[in-house]
Amino acid sequence: MQGPELIQKAQGLHGFMNWPHNLLTDSGGFQMVSLVSLSEVTEEGVRFRSPYDGDETLLSPERSVEIQNALGSDIIMQLDDVVSSTVTGPRVEEAMYRSIRWLDRCIAAHRRPDKQNLFAIIQGGLDADLRATCLEEMTKRDVPGFAIGGLSGGESKGEFWRMVALSTSRLPKDKPRYLMGVGYATDLVVCVALGCDMFDCVFPTRTARFGSALVPTGNLQLKKKQYEKDFRPIDPECDCPTCQKHSRAFLHTLLHSDNTAALHHLTIHNIAYQLRLMSAVRASIVEKRFPAFVRDFMSTMYGDPTLCPTWATEALASVGITLG
Amino acid sequence: MKLNLTKVVNGCRLGKIKNLGKTGDCTMDIPGCLLYTKAGSAPHLTHHTLHKIHGVPAMAQLTLSSLAEHYEVLAEYKEGVGKFIGMPESLLYCSLHDPVSPCPAGYVTNKSVSVWGVGGRVEMTASKFMAIQQALQPDWFQCISDGEATCNEATSIKRARKSVDRSLLFLDNCLKLQEESEVLQKSSIIGVIEGGDVTEERLRSARETAKRPVGGFLLDGFQGNPATLETRLHLLSSVTAELPEDKPRLICGVSRPDEVLECIERGVDLFESFFPYQVTERGCALTFSFDYQPNPEETLLQQNGTQEEIKYVDQTKKSKTTSCNQEMTSFEINLKEKKFGNSVLQKESDSSCSHISECIFQLSLQTFITTSLADMKKHWTP
Repeated sequence: MQGPELIQKAQGLHGFMNWPHNLLTDSGGFQMVSLVSLSEVTEEGVRFRSPYDGDETLLSPERSVEIQNALGSDIIMQLDDVVSSTVTGPRVEEAMYRSIRWLDRCIAAHRRPDKQNLFAIIQGGLDADLRATCLEEMTKRDVPGFAIGGLSGGESKGEFWRMVALSTSRLPKDKPRYLMGVGYATDLVVCVALGCDMFDCVFPTRTARFGSALVPTGNLQLKKKQYEKDFRPIDPECDCPTCQKHSRAFLHTLLHSDNTAALHHLTIHNIAYQLRLMSAVRASIVEKRFPAFVRDFMSTMYGDPTLCPTWATEALASVGITLG
Repeated sequence: MKLNLTKVVNGCRLGKIKNLGKTGDCTMDIPGCLLYTKAGSAPHLTHHTLHKIHGVPAMAQLTLSSLAEHYEVLAEYKEGVGKFIGMPESLLYCSLHDPVSPCPAGYVTNKSVSVWGVGGRVEMTASKFMAIQQALQPDWFQCISDGEATCNEATSIKRARKSVDRSLLFLDNCLKLQEESEVLQKSSIIGVIEGGDVTEERLRSARETAKRPVGGFLLDGFQGNPATLETRLHLLSSVTAELPEDKPRLICGVSRPDEVLECIERGVDLFESFFPYQVTERGCALTFSFDYQPNPEETLLQQNGTQEEIKYVDQTKKSKTTSCNQEMTSFEINLKEKKFGNSVLQKESDSSCSHISECIFQLSLQTFITTSLADMKKHWTP
């Protein structure tokens, strides 16, 4: 027995992982981009071919929802037809319309709407008209939340922020907006300003596994010689277990050994960094000082306001936040 | 430090070592094991996950092979390796080598011993060695010694004699240097018993080392594959018989539960605990009860049920992992087997590997500590 049946027997993903908090599962849609050479998309669904044994799997909207129902996660994602943000031409339009049809099929196939929240995913690439159409159609469906998809690929940041802003301007105010695949600290802060609520990204944990620690001024590449005798913690303001107990110098030593503990220490710190950042964002919103928070964040990260990336300055200006 | 023996049964010593540590108020039970570390940290585990294990050993083993090349950093740090690695409350023992990665032979000279770090060979004379120990400030440290008498097939008497002579010379030099070091007054040098497989040399090493003011003894050169330890057990008994009762006896390179028990019966007190790490590296988890089974085949039948293939104690099951190409033992289960329904371990995947290793290692370390030694002692206490 494998896969979803195995998980179901273990009391769902929560039981299998022994995780008493919330879980969100993706539909497998992104793999159409990351594994594009191993996949084939038709109206029916996406067919994946295993590189290990040549076995084929058809992932349809129905099957994706069925699997997610078995896993029992709290938020589940529709299967969308995803194209890379660098793709242009009729494929983008085809994918956008198909995603709407697949949303309807996912809604119909969803067996546990009372327990699991099915989110729609707005597509349309970098084309404003296509994205606007997608928004208009998908917001007609009664789903508990919306994700903004098809971004955070290889597109320019200028195009990226404009599509995010367009999406948030047309999504209901009383439902969560989940921007998929974001990201870096600056991107998180800017996209909160643009009206996004939820984010996911491999960046903090992946960069940890390469020896990089996230700090308010950017990151520390702890494998570098300059940290060899630096006896300070990664961030003196950070209350994570790594910063409470260990110095940069020790982590540097550990990173140059074959003990994976170094990667665990950094992963823990980087996750703590992200959580603290978002917690600070929330506090500043509640206390009605978000613009000041943003200015402060940017000046810590970039020094001079003129050194802040152009796209970020423009994006913030579009919602009335000026830097310096 | 003071070693109090509660009882001795069939050669097995049960007791406590008191007045340990910088403040002199720590205690260790014997028989006991030392926490195995790599570069100053338990493998795969952070402080937080390590301490979810019940009964973490009071003393951790550091290896000079992983720390010697960081001597300058530690010297500048000044506050000792315990604080540097984030284990200020732990007792620390510094061995020369990493028991899991045997080092190339042929580098011991009359004046120096070498260890291998990530950056290559670090050669140490007695004074360099002691300078490093001054920077580390461990509670106990193994003196530099000539451990290569058993490296080749047959030890010649001449080679065995040389290993003893050299080791005693190193010891005397290091003891002298220790007298001149204020920082190392609170540390104890562990004298190393050498002599290969030559009985007279072993006994000479034991008697001569026992004359020196060492804090304890390390029995070196008894390690190898299960068969080699078997043949050396008799020698081990003879050696420990020559050692004073009131000082701890450590052995290196022995960590399998069955071998640990054999050595305890022959007067050894402290062991390294690298076995759980090796088991983890081959994707297996330790599962054994503390009842020492004289019939291992029977145990396996009970554990696995008759429908599985019967695994005998030394059946080879070479794993694909790199560093620990040893055979699976009867104390472990192979989590990659389909019957455990874990498809995640079927494929080698870099990002999931370290987390899985972390979980398996924690589990195995817990099993090793609680079942191999701690529970055994209940059999002895009245």
